[in-house]
Amino acid sequence: MFRLMVVDDSNIIRRKIQRCTAGEQFELVGTAANGAEALARYDEWLPDVVTMDLTMPEMDGIQCIEKLIERDPDLRILVVSALSDKATGIDALQKGAQGFLCKPFSEEQLAEALTELTEDVYG
Amino acid sequence: MAEQRLQVFIEGVMHYFRHTSDKDVKVGTPYLVENDAPLSFDVTGIIGITGACQGCVYFTAPRIMLRHLLLSLGEPDTSADNMFDLVGEVANTISGNARREFGKDFMISVPLVLEGAPEQVRLPKGVRSFVIPVYWKAYSAAMVICLAGGGQAG
Repeated sequence: MFRLMVVDDSNIIRRKIQRCTAGEQFELVGTAANGAEALARYDEWLPDVVTMDLTMPEMDGIQCIEKLIERDPDLRILVVSALSDKATGIDALQKGAQGFLCKPFSEEQLAEALTELTEDVYG
Repeated sequence: MAEQRLQVFIEGVMHYFRHTSDKDVKVGTPYLVENDAPLSFDVTGIIGITGACQGCVYFTAPRIMLRHLLLSLGEPDTSADNMFDLVGEVANTISGNARREFGKDFMISVPLVLEGAPEQVRLPKGVRSFVIPVYWKAYSAAMVICLAGGGQAG
């Protein structure tokens, strides 16, 4: 089971991801409303998988990805953002994210993106 | 504002509402308004725009529509906090999706949510706004685009 951290400034998006991932594959260890909160709680929650919004107050998602990858280069990060330009997607992947899911998203699209992110474990 | 740029936001509205369980969204004919009399419903989520364009984009809707929209998105908690969160998220999602056409220099802020009377929405002087009427189920809302400056798709 993967330890999942959800980072998004929208409560309804955090709750949607929580509902969509409820089951045997993921254990939600924590949710954060911005990058600074995610970094502050990282050592406590020690996630394996992170869903990361990009546009957030205090610390945005790109900065947070860089700092999380410094702490754990093997961390699997799925960006979940409305920013749909190619340059932002490439930037996030270069900083260490492994996947990008554009908002708005369906439950099926999230499940597919998370499966791709973790498929090397489940083979 | 070029017609092509307005079309990006119309498609953004359609795309957002097609992700709800009640997909039957309609967009009315866009029209221009003066910024000294901005349109707003009960709750408004505003995104500031900087970079290649300057101004703001906002989504405004009545509370009853937001309550129904939350349920349609699978969210059972229809508290005021979640309605405010939703109106900001709609504005953020449609603005963020517009970067597919406008590029990275179309820079968007985090949402600012306002509740209440129309006079609380103050828009830049000297620029007129386009109102895109949004009809979803029995409700009316609006996406308002107030932008000056260029942009790749403009």
